[in-house]
Amino acid sequence: MKLLVPVKRVVDYNVKVRVKADHTGVETANVKMSMNPFDEIAVEEAVRLKEKGAATEIIAVSAGPTACQEQIRTALAMGADRGILIEHDGILEPLAVAKLLKAVIAKESPDLVILGKQAIDDDMNATGQMLAALLGWPQGTYASKVEPADGGIKVTREVDGGLERLQLKLPAIVTTDLRLNEPRYASLPNIMKARKKPIETLKPADLGVDVSPRLTVLKVEEPPKRQAGKKVGSVQELVEKLRNEAKVI
Amino acid sequence: MAVLVLADHDGSAVTQPTRSAVAAASKLGDVTVLVLGPRTAADSAAKVAGVAKVLHTEDVLYANGLAEPLAALLVAMAPEYSHLLAPASAAGKNVMPRLAALLDVQVISDIADVVDADTFVRPIYAGNALATVKSADPKKVITVRAASFDPAAAEGGSAAVEAAPKGEDPGLSNFLGAEIAKSERPELTAAKVVVSGGRAMGSAENFHIIESVADKLGAAVGASRAAVDAGYAPNDHQVGQTGKIVAPDLYIAVGISGAIQHLAGMKDSKVIVAINKDEEAPIFSVADYGLVGDLFKVMPEFESELAKK
Ligand SMILES: Cc1cc2nc3c(=O)[nH]c(=O)nc-3n(C[C@H](O)[C@H](O)[C@H](O)COP(=O)(O)OP(=O)(O)OC[C@H]3O[C@@H](n4cnc5c(N)ncnc54)[C@H](O)[C@@H]3O)c2cc1C
Ligand SMILES: Nc1ncnc2c1ncn2[C@@H]1O[C@H](COP(=O)(O)O)[C@@H](O)[C@H]1O
Repeated sequence: MKLLVPVKRVVDYNVKVRVKADHTGVETANVKMSMNPFDEIAVEEAVRLKEKGAATEIIAVSAGPTACQEQIRTALAMGADRGILIEHDGILEPLAVAKLLKAVIAKESPDLVILGKQAIDDDMNATGQMLAALLGWPQGTYASKVEPADGGIKVTREVDGGLERLQLKLPAIVTTDLRLNEPRYASLPNIMKARKKPIETLKPADLGVDVSPRLTVLKVEEPPKRQAGKKVGSVQELVEKLRNEAKVI
Repeated sequence: MAVLVLADHDGSAVTQPTRSAVAAASKLGDVTVLVLGPRTAADSAAKVAGVAKVLHTEDVLYANGLAEPLAALLVAMAPEYSHLLAPASAAGKNVMPRLAALLDVQVISDIADVVDADTFVRPIYAGNALATVKSADPKKVITVRAASFDPAAAEGGSAAVEAAPKGEDPGLSNFLGAEIAKSERPELTAAKVVVSGGRAMGSAENFHIIESVADKLGAAVGASRAAVDAGYAPNDHQVGQTGKIVAPDLYIAVGISGAIQHLAGMKDSKVIVAINKDEEAPIFSVADYGLVGDLFKVMPEFESELAKK
């Protein structure tokens, strides 16, 4: 089984993002960037499938500026075999990313594509489902367990009321939820080895994809700030306040 | 042009987040609701205020919410609607992007406000920023953040119920089964009061401390990611950026530090109470009432104080 793992470069999850003064977006200059946490989980799952002998090759793909090479290198250090950078400066919406990935998939013919369920910058939760649609493949989103079974794959999904299990034909799309696994840290020797692994660079035009955004961002604002309230001294005081001041119980 | 809302239901009635999606859709045009399931659920949709028409089918193809046949059905129905919406539930978030791609439009996820027919507000970066986006697509495919829209009233409408069209089965996936927790407590995203526990609970057994206080308050039970990861609470209890978004009248955070990813899921609650032994915990910066103390001492006291009238 050949695996493809799309990885997105995002503002690190520990950064407290700030809205730009001109309301055109959030401050990203001189901010720590990382691989989207859900994509680390996707890479980890791919590497485990390979370690189990269920997968033969793992290709990490990232679309965005040249600096996305860093996130591809991280995936290579975790155990991916080679990388593809689709170089583009400017906004890439999930539909555009899905079209780029579809074009790469046409060349690489993977059996399974594992994406994150959600990028923590745009919080769209869309690319995997959109890619599945464009390819006409089945989708197993929000996976907490992935097992090759009966010539396809069995996916356990985290849904609103609990868990559900699906059997998908291959090729298929899976998106990862937080509890699928705990991603490893790349060891120093593996980081060194990753430097020698190949990264191919493509442009959207090479793939014949129009990536023009469909959404125009009119403005980006800070949400209303919540004021910290008061500390109460005792449980009695808390209950009294909730009953008589806030009137919520 | 009419607007379509894909309903979630619990087997007998459409959910409160579905009624929030109806409220958002009402700002865009005449609302048709699609109900896949028992007739009683369709009848409940017909009574929702502001609903003009209900389309209904009990076709088993849609019984388990598989995204592939459902998206195919919605594509077939799409020509008659300017906007297609669903609540941003696990089901809605699963199918709507698939539908959007089939229509060659960019999905607009998790909207928190409707500005006009093309323009919507949506949170980004775990709710640390609100983006106003204008769509250039001919049709809009949208998921709705239920906590941001007051639900349309459950009673008051009298829409006609008609048969939904028949769709194709792409035959790509099979439903094997599910473990869905049955609970007497209110649903997390619909509850007026939510009591959530964090890593500090220490064990699944200790989580009963949260549950018994929740029961005194008629509240739903929530959890931080740390508590879910540690196995103290089930996954569907997770509140936050990547869990459920809640905005109850009262949210009580117990032994939760207040990471931005958790705040993203609850900071729009009307009144927030934080119980934490660390007076520096970030949760206190959003709490209306903070109580510094050991939860294992505070919670039993809280429970007995609630019992007094
Ligand atoms: C991609 C990503 C997505 C995430 N999504 C979510 C999400 O959706 N929801 C979410 O919640 N988190 C999410 N997180 C995790 C988040 O960053 C935090 O790690 C998590 O919220 C911490 O949970 P906690 O507050 O229970 O634990 P901790 O941060 O460990 O806090 C425990 C708190 O309990 C207090 N405490 C300890 N003992 C006691 C006691 N006896 N009495 C009273 N107080 C006590 C401590 O002072 C501390 O403040 C996400 C993280 C990532 C990377
Ligand atoms: N620019 C990108 N490059 C590579 N993968 C991406 C990109 N954008 C999104 N993805 C993948 O799609 C997932 C969901 O992203 P989103 O739909 O934006 O929330 C991410 O976790 C990635 O796996």
